[in-house]
Amino acid sequence: MLRLEKRRQPSQAFAYATPVMAVIATMIFGGLMFAALGKDPVAAIRTIFWDPLFGQHAFYYRPQLLVKGGPLILIAIGLSLGFRAGIWNIGAEGQYILGALGGAGVALAFYPMEGWFIFPLMILGGAIAGCAWAMIPGLLKVRFGTNEILVSLMLVYVAEQLLASMSLGLMKNPQGFGFPGSRNLQQYPSAHNADLIANTGMHWGVAAAFIAVIFAYILLTRHQLGYHIRLTGEAPRAAKFAGVSPARLILFCLGISGALAGLAGMFEVSGPAGQVSIDFNTGYGFTAIIVAFLGRLHPVGILLAGMLMALTYIGGEIAQSSMGLPAAAIQMFQGMLLFFLLAVDVLTSYRLRFGKGEVA
Amino acid sequence: MKLTKRALMTGAAMALGLAATATGAMAQDKTKVGFVYVGPVGDGGWTYEHDKGRQAVEEHFGDQVETVFVESVPEGPDSERVMTQMALDGADLIFTTSFGYMDPTINVAAKFPDVKFEHATGYKTADNVSVYSARFYEGRAVQGTIAGHMTESNIIGYIGSYPIPEVIRGINSAYIHAKKVNPDVQFKIVWAFTWFDPAKEADAAKVLIEQGADVILQHTDSTAPQAAAQAAGNVYTFGQASDMAEYAPKPRISSIIDNWAPYYIARTQAVIDGTWTSTNTWDGIGPGMVGIGEITDAVPAEVKAEALALKDKLASGEYHAFTGPLKKQDGSDWLAEGETADDGTLAGMNFYVEGIEGDIPQ
Amino acid sequence: MDLSAINPVLLIASLMVAATAVMIAAIGELIVERAGVLNLGVEGMMITGAICGFAVAVQTGSPTAGFVAATIGGAALSLLFAFLTQFALANQVASGLALTLFGLGLSSLLGQGYQGIKPPATPRLDIPVLTDLPVVGRILFGHDLMVYVGLALVAAVWAFLKYSRAGLILRAVGENHDAAHALGYKVVRIRIMAIAFGGACAGLGGAYISLIRVPQWTEGMTAGIGWIALALVVFASWKPWRVLLGAYLFGGVTVLQLNLQAAGIAIPVEYLSMSPYIITIVVLVIMSADKSRAPASLGRIFHATS
Repeated sequence: MLRLEKRRQPSQAFAYATPVMAVIATMIFGGLMFAALGKDPVAAIRTIFWDPLFGQHAFYYRPQLLVKGGPLILIAIGLSLGFRAGIWNIGAEGQYILGALGGAGVALAFYPMEGWFIFPLMILGGAIAGCAWAMIPGLLKVRFGTNEILVSLMLVYVAEQLLASMSLGLMKNPQGFGFPGSRNLQQYPSAHNADLIANTGMHWGVAAAFIAVIFAYILLTRHQLGYHIRLTGEAPRAAKFAGVSPARLILFCLGISGALAGLAGMFEVSGPAGQVSIDFNTGYGFTAIIVAFLGRLHPVGILLAGMLMALTYIGGEIAQSSMGLPAAAIQMFQGMLLFFLLAVDVLTSYRLRFGKGEVA
Repeated sequence: MKLTKRALMTGAAMALGLAATATGAMAQDKTKVGFVYVGPVGDGGWTYEHDKGRQAVEEHFGDQVETVFVESVPEGPDSERVMTQMALDGADLIFTTSFGYMDPTINVAAKFPDVKFEHATGYKTADNVSVYSARFYEGRAVQGTIAGHMTESNIIGYIGSYPIPEVIRGINSAYIHAKKVNPDVQFKIVWAFTWFDPAKEADAAKVLIEQGADVILQHTDSTAPQAAAQAAGNVYTFGQASDMAEYAPKPRISSIIDNWAPYYIARTQAVIDGTWTSTNTWDGIGPGMVGIGEITDAVPAEVKAEALALKDKLASGEYHAFTGPLKKQDGSDWLAEGETADDGTLAGMNFYVEGIEGDIPQ
Repeated sequence: MDLSAINPVLLIASLMVAATAVMIAAIGELIVERAGVLNLGVEGMMITGAICGFAVAVQTGSPTAGFVAATIGGAALSLLFAFLTQFALANQVASGLALTLFGLGLSSLLGQGYQGIKPPATPRLDIPVLTDLPVVGRILFGHDLMVYVGLALVAAVWAFLKYSRAGLILRAVGENHDAAHALGYKVVRIRIMAIAFGGACAGLGGAYISLIRVPQWTEGMTAGIGWIALALVVFASWKPWRVLLGAYLFGGVTVLQLNLQAAGIAIPVEYLSMSPYIITIVVLVIMSADKSRAPASLGRIFHATS
């Protein structure tokens, strides 16, 4: 019988090999699914994984990978800190919305004034709004011991209603003929989060994502706070003896993840999206949770996982329009990829053994 | 054809500030038409009807035309990418079928001057961007007439999605015409604050029925209210977006059908012929963009005749659904006797007409 | 403005219907979490159950067959999650989210060709005399059978956890899996059964939406109810009867806000739409004084030799 045996220490070789194994397994099973749908499996897989990177129009898609992956990475980095310490903020979607509202609110308050200080203020507004929204579950947990998973999730729905209200009311474009949605910040130079170098997709949000990766890496490997985070997640009792204040850690982790999610929302609304609208949020906050785990809660891993997710989104869209694959098939394909990535990870810390013994 | 394609690709690559890596490789003789959808093609409502229009284009032109589509595209940067990708892949004409695609359409159109774009329900045009929408309020006028006759409790329920001009226009039009045939009629309006949530729509319909409504009008796309009405018994409904004929002859007694096919075929033909120009189309019952589904036998013959007569007058342009004298809800004058509403006011309508109770949520 | 237009009897009757789907899904998830497993994939299992139930009911013409198929469909999907988390020891939060993504895709593939079809009707309970009783007749005896199935499920789960030996073992596994293992209980096997039960319930809840509450099939039709089911479990602090209470409260607020709107009361709709969520948070804070808490092993990975 098959059984798992724990390795003395995680296998380095498997840590690198498992993601590759997962991608190959996904290609095989996804290919079977595409074949069952009557599409050429090889062409479909090539369209999803190859064309965005090296295909005919890669010059356009490569920057788009940054545009799509940037917010995912930025949010996932923040979440990963809390996840490591066993603090579950799954309401990043709401914090993302609030960040966008905060940033856009600052911009719209100054409109049509121009000034260098507007954009920095918007960044501040977005970060504070996102952070404040995450502080609600944080403070409630610290003060009353309420469950942060639930509170942060509930606040996503509240934020969505707030977003609808803002797009229909307070932030509605007065020159928009009564249609919902705010002014387009892309047409407001002081507030526009444009590409730093034209057509590279490299806007301030992507830059912030890279900075966050570096910041998180240093925090986790070099800083005492990072050590406390890891210790709390691995051995909460030991952490208490080491003098870690749980309350402070909760507030820090939720605050930082909220602020980063808020930043992501602010950079999105002032850049690629351009305006506050009813359907502004597209699930980045939830996808980022998956990205955080795919990246094994490691900053560099998250960077790669974010890019991989972005690749399947963009490749999936190309496959839809050029091969007529239904969006549902792409969704299932992404689901499979996640399953395999999650399933094979066990091989990093465990080895498969044949023989007797209880299947654990 | 080949030459124009090449010019197009070069233009695109230059517009993106990069070397023309793509030149000429995609040359083909078919006209390629792209569709960007906001929901899944299986939503049974808005996107479903647009996709029927796409299928009609394929059927009509056969091998002359190739259509592509991407479904469930979020508004914002994702839609911009999908449009760009279609243009890069050699689309000649792209229909973007949601209001939220407005600014992305304009952005992408600026990069691809040789590709034609058609944006549904928006107001921004460019040399290569047309806008089109349907005068659904004409259909609402017909519905209102039938509803005013059919109600016995004199309470008509109305399920709105979000308080935007499109929906408010429909409420006003239905109310004006229901009132015309039944001065005692009262509207109960419930805002669902969602485009799509069948369970909530079902709840909304049930609530309206419980509060005495015996005719339900809906501006949401699912058949949930129809089923609720059927379960309740003596309640009448109207199909929305698609015909919803499976609930005929009762509770569904008629419907408004979005029929995009004639427009899509005409615009594709224009691109093939090289006669395409940027236009602003707002068509109603006359050109066939708004269809009135069969009025069933549950409706008395004379009411049916009256409704059809109204439909004909709307179609011929003899009668406008918003004809004075009309006042706004606050009692101020809007349209004088015989005066008709101008399209600008209608497009941005954000007020109720006199007689409707309640406030528009802000 | 006319408050008298709101009929309290009908209000209660309709909130019972509005609450049923989320209640069935939540009671299943409660068992899963009591066994120490957090499955965030409820939404994916619900929608898969919704289409499985719908398709089978349409094909066979029998709603009962549809509901059976929905439980099988939901349970089958949940076994995927069980494999990931129990054998491959994957993280439960991420696996659950992936399950939702996968389930949404799977359901729309399965559902192609089922749009715009009316499912066979599920009969409503109609007991002569009893159903005609004033007030209580409509509330207690006038529903479709699934409303009662839901109530029975809550009662059964309550009795199972409180009185049965199996329930005791399940709770032990959820509280401390290492100790349970040391006592010789098959932790993994028990958890897989719990997960499958949760999947079956989610599937059943989904089918309630597609076969009775709406009834039709459209992609993504559960529209977030699975997430609310998750919230309910925590709201109920893992106690079965509180799931019932929470579901009625939640359904009640939704139905009430629509009622107030229809009665013409000028309320800020978007803020009222938020209210169920805010109330959940408030109640959560109030109930935090309660000593009941999450199963101690919730979300933690178990490996026998670790």
